[in-house]
Amino acid sequence: MNDVLRSILFLPEEGSTLASRVDGIHFFIILTTMVVGAGIGLTGFVFLLRYRRRYAHALTEAFTAPMWLEVLFVTVPLSFFLLWGALGYRDYVWSRAAPPDALDVYVTGKQWMWKFAYPEGPGAVDVLHVPAGRPVRLLLTSRDVIHSFYVPAFRLKMDAIPGRYTETWFEAIRPGRYPVLCAEFCGLNHSLMRAEVVVLSPAEFEAWRAEQGGDQVASGAGLTEPLVARGRLVATREGCFQCHTVDGTPHIGPTWRGLYLREEPLDSGGTIRADVAYLTESMMEPQAKVVAGYAPVMPSFQGRLSAADVASLVEFIQSLRPERPVPPAAREPRYELRGR
Amino acid sequence: MSFEAAEPAMPREHYLNAQRGAWSWLTTHDHKRIGVMFLGALLCTFLLGGVFALALRLELLTPGETVMGRLAYNRSFTLHGVIMVWLFLIPSIPTSFGNFLLPLMIGARDVAFPRLNLASFYLFLLGAVMTVWAILQGGVDTGWTFYTPYSTATGTDVLPVLMGVFVVGFSTILSGLNFITTVHTMRAPGMGWMRMPIFVWTLYGTSIIQVLATPVLGMVLLLVALERVAGVGLFDPARGGDPLLYQHLFWFYSHPAVYIMILPGMGVISESVSAFCRKNPSSYRVLVWSTVGIAFVGFLTWGHHMFVSGQSVLGSGTFSILSMLVAIFTALKIFTWTSTMYRGSIWMSAPFTYVLGFIFLLFFGGMSGVAVAVTSADLHWHDTYFVVAHFHFIMVGASLMAFLAALHYWFPKMFGRCYPEGLGVGTAVLIIFGFIATFLPQFLLGNMGMPRRYADYPEHFQSLHVASTAGASLLGFGFLIIAAYLGWSLRHGRVAGRNPWGSRGYEWHSDSPPPESNFHAPPDFPYRPHDYSRPDTQPEVGHAA
Ligand code: HEM
Ligand SMILES: [Cu+2]
Repeated sequence: MNDVLRSILFLPEEGSTLASRVDGIHFFIILTTMVVGAGIGLTGFVFLLRYRRRYAHALTEAFTAPMWLEVLFVTVPLSFFLLWGALGYRDYVWSRAAPPDALDVYVTGKQWMWKFAYPEGPGAVDVLHVPAGRPVRLLLTSRDVIHSFYVPAFRLKMDAIPGRYTETWFEAIRPGRYPVLCAEFCGLNHSLMRAEVVVLSPAEFEAWRAEQGGDQVASGAGLTEPLVARGRLVATREGCFQCHTVDGTPHIGPTWRGLYLREEPLDSGGTIRADVAYLTESMMEPQAKVVAGYAPVMPSFQGRLSAADVASLVEFIQSLRPERPVPPAAREPRYELRGR
Repeated sequence: MSFEAAEPAMPREHYLNAQRGAWSWLTTHDHKRIGVMFLGALLCTFLLGGVFALALRLELLTPGETVMGRLAYNRSFTLHGVIMVWLFLIPSIPTSFGNFLLPLMIGARDVAFPRLNLASFYLFLLGAVMTVWAILQGGVDTGWTFYTPYSTATGTDVLPVLMGVFVVGFSTILSGLNFITTVHTMRAPGMGWMRMPIFVWTLYGTSIIQVLATPVLGMVLLLVALERVAGVGLFDPARGGDPLLYQHLFWFYSHPAVYIMILPGMGVISESVSAFCRKNPSSYRVLVWSTVGIAFVGFLTWGHHMFVSGQSVLGSGTFSILSMLVAIFTALKIFTWTSTMYRGSIWMSAPFTYVLGFIFLLFFGGMSGVAVAVTSADLHWHDTYFVVAHFHFIMVGASLMAFLAALHYWFPKMFGRCYPEGLGVGTAVLIIFGFIATFLPQFLLGNMGMPRRYADYPEHFQSLHVASTAGASLLGFGFLIIAAYLGWSLRHGRVAGRNPWGSRGYEWHSDSPPPESNFHAPPDFPYRPHDYSRPDTQPEVGHAA
């Protein structure tokens, strides 16, 4: 029955414990609507045939609906509406209160990607690994405009708002891959802001997590993002790591950890923001803008790196941001007791 | 079928020919001429919005880029939404048919402030031109809701559009004030509140919402403008502002605004149901009090647009319940219209076909509204095509159907001629089916999880998009036919006579088209509105069914 209704209504598979609850109320609403709709339609149709106009100037006797009919018209639909509202609200409350043992994941929306980070380290762009059968609590925020994290198969949606944290949770039922979309208009590539939830069996998830262990940030990102993985390979091949580190310690050159968009003081005075343009320039023409405190020893990679190499290096460096967003300071006013 | 042969004649002097020349139109204080000018302007905005609707549908025919890029798509849906909502739907029925009919229906010679009425028209025109010019100049990609912080951050030029909409808002407020005053002070002797035609009641309710809510919109638009120009940081979290504050303020206006769009339509439907069933409404009282109820409770439901924004759980529950209350008034109206057919004498004319379309679309639009007001269900539906289908069912289905019903029902009153009835009915059926074909698949798309405002989409959504686009072309075709036969009828239609429908609406007591002063003698309405139980007091009427 459920499956038949689901396919008639074009609903995707039910991938989470929330999905069947949402679908349940959905079916209830649709079925009652259709029954009442058919009732009104049939009544109208019968009236249409029965009371067709026969004489242009026919008089009709005045008729006023009796009180009991009006009362019926109010109470019957209202009780259905309130029932739906109450049932739905029960599930809504449930969907907003994560169980205490949930696995935490930070979600950051950003034009136009989803970034995921676990408290103990590894982060990833556009792919979220979670175990099946265990609640996952999402803490969402945004770096720029409002986005909305939407997994149709989980019937799960929550806005990611700059300057705020919102919270939701889900429990995936079985392993598989489920698309994530952005549901709040966020600019040019809104429709391309897609990601994926990869649900693993608990054992696979533990294995995956163990693998993330060592070089937490880098390999975590490397596994999940082909460009980032390639960037790492390129960096190894070209010997970048002889001078640059990815763990935050400065070496012969500045560390790449957290480099992206950092304000760097320059040898020649002034500062520069390490954006994509600057990163690219530093690979091609390293002496043009040298960061203060470092010797101008980096060779030019002009001609040695293909365009795709450069792109993957930039992606790799971008992925090395400290991923855990810092919760904004509480904005509530603090009250001091007077006269103490 | 009886047929009265007496061929009616066009009255010799009426408001259309009382004065001649473009200047006499542009400086007129006559509410009827102002209504007609509004009608003309609205048809232009509707055409513009419609062209962009078709462009959007064409783009969505296939995934990836079909006829325009993503930026162009984002600008087009903004343009479509802004024009349809602010420049067409909100002003549509009150400013055109309301202006024309309100004084006629209460037996007044004009509205209370005729010059203000003209000013309101020019303000509308100014705002509309500003908006359209601004949009065509560079384009805006925020959607008609202008959500911050996107609208304060986007590189496109939002300011001129905000100002255009702001000016249109003033026009709305002035019209509302004018109508309220007119209803309070200018009713014919003997017309108590409970003897006012239903359409007048709905215009009154609409005007109250307009006067109370529109200033909030004006304020919000100004704040966004300030934020963009001066960076005051009301909505910008980086400066300690709150992005959700915008949504609260915006929907505090815009939720009641959807009732600005729908209430006058409900008035039109109440009038036409009665006229074409030759029957008093099965409960005048219910129609009146549900109007008042909608106008009032409509202010208390705005939070149902924010169930997934992280607002408090208790807040969501409260707004959900309040939304259920507002839906009940609509349900009451639907039951009342249906039961009005009982023991009537029903004529399946073109306006009545639109009435049936209206009731159908309003029912499903309304029920889907209740559905998205259920908090847990909205977790899935929010910001998907389900919502797009819902608001098109309500806004287009209901307001537009009512607009078309009004256009056909009052066409003879306004221009003194009839249109070809058979063609009218046929086109109405085409429009209703085109409409359903366009938007029914969108409900299913929403169920599948297709978010709205997507220029591009994953492949598996395509077949439903194709169906929707096919429906839209049918719809567009229907509008062309209507434009053709109504245009033709302006000149060549059969002369209508005073009351071609045999309606008991008060407006039919004056000539068609009415004289400049509305009535030749002080009006006297000898029966309650919509009363078909006593013999007609105007036996000269001839009509064809
Ligand atoms: C031929 C008929 C129409 C078609 C095919 C059509 C199609 C569309 C499409 C494709 C969208 C964009 C949805 C999205 O990307 O999220 C849209 C949005 C919208 N339409 Fe229509 N539409 C039609 C008529 C109307 C009319 C007559 C009105 C109002 C009277 C209207 C009001 C709106 C509104 C308010 C939006 C939302 C805009 C936004 O999200 O910013 N539409 N329509
Ligand atoms: Cu987004």
